Amino acid sequence: MSDDAHVDGNAVGGMMIEAFGAEMTAARSCCAECGTVAALGALLAYTRAPGDVLRCTGCGVVMLVAVARPEGVRLSLGAVRWIEPPAGPPAPAAP
Amino acid sequence: MAAAVDETPGVRSLVLDCPGWPGHLPGQHVDVRLTAEDGYQAQRSYSIATPADGTRLTLTIERIADGEVSPYLADELRPGDGLELRGPIGGWFVWEPALGGPLQLVGGGSGVVPLMAMLRARAAAGADIPARLLLSARSWDEVIYRDELERLGAGGGLEVRFALTRAQPPGWTGYARRIDHDMLGEVAWSPEEMPRSFVCGPTGLVEAATRALVELGHDPATVKAERFGPTGGPG
Repeated sequence: MSDDAHVDGNAVGGMMIEAFGAEMTAARSCCAECGTVAALGALLAYTRAPGDVLRCTGCGVVMLVAVARPEGVRLSLGAVRWIEPPAGPPAPAAP
Repeated sequence: MAAAVDETPGVRSLVLDCPGWPGHLPGQHVDVRLTAEDGYQAQRSYSIATPADGTRLTLTIERIADGEVSPYLADELRPGDGLELRGPIGGWFVWEPALGGPLQLVGGGSGVVPLMAMLRARAAAGADIPARLLLSARSWDEVIYRDELERLGAGGGLEVRFALTRAQPPGWTGYARRIDHDMLGEVAWSPEEMPRSFVCGPTGLVEAATRALVELGHDPATVKAERFGPTGGPG
């Protein structure tokens, strides 16, 4: 599934650092709908909606929604079976 | 901001000094947040154009005419002015010389920025990692980092090819069309050489280039992409 309206999960990396407290774009995720495994940074990101929506690269189902609120980021979980941090030393990330 | 450099008529590089900067990897980006006097905030992501260098980093900003952030960064910001940054961000679309090659870089317009950070890191490390860059721009005058790319390309180990989609200078011998399957078939490493591919640019270009690389036999897991959106982003 692909169209011109999306960018990559990479673009939501800053919000994910706020939500997880760590750099997460290289973390792998598994879609609960179709089982596709992909880096969060490679998911389809729709950033012009209110909130940033991350969809599965395989089936397009909504996996995560990140919303910036005055009191902090809220991450809503959709069809995500698991997320695991990347192997190896983490990349430098925002403190 | 320590200094500014005009790259092309619509593109300016900002050299920033960030006390406490933790360092970064080529390919990472930052979020820049502007706050108006009435409290309204606008935030955009910009790729870092330089490899890690202490507290110093360079962003290259393309001015989007009706954008909320880029006109200020490209036209108004003066040396000595402050800027609110968050970053570095990204552990996916990154490359450093220790990861090896060959390196296959495909960019469109300001999509060259994170790729340039990779090429500058490669040059700074004195690495002889084989690398190829295919860069698309509308015209010769709109090729960002043009002189530096020609210089780096003359140094050996790096092949730089240009595709000029709208206007070509007299006697142009490079490509004169958008990046497509046949072009990548001619200039990209073969899948057997197991290159690490990075594609960055407007969504349409990235879709076309990543699809072509996979059709040519490259493992999708080795082709990393960063899309700017349909028109170069909201600016």
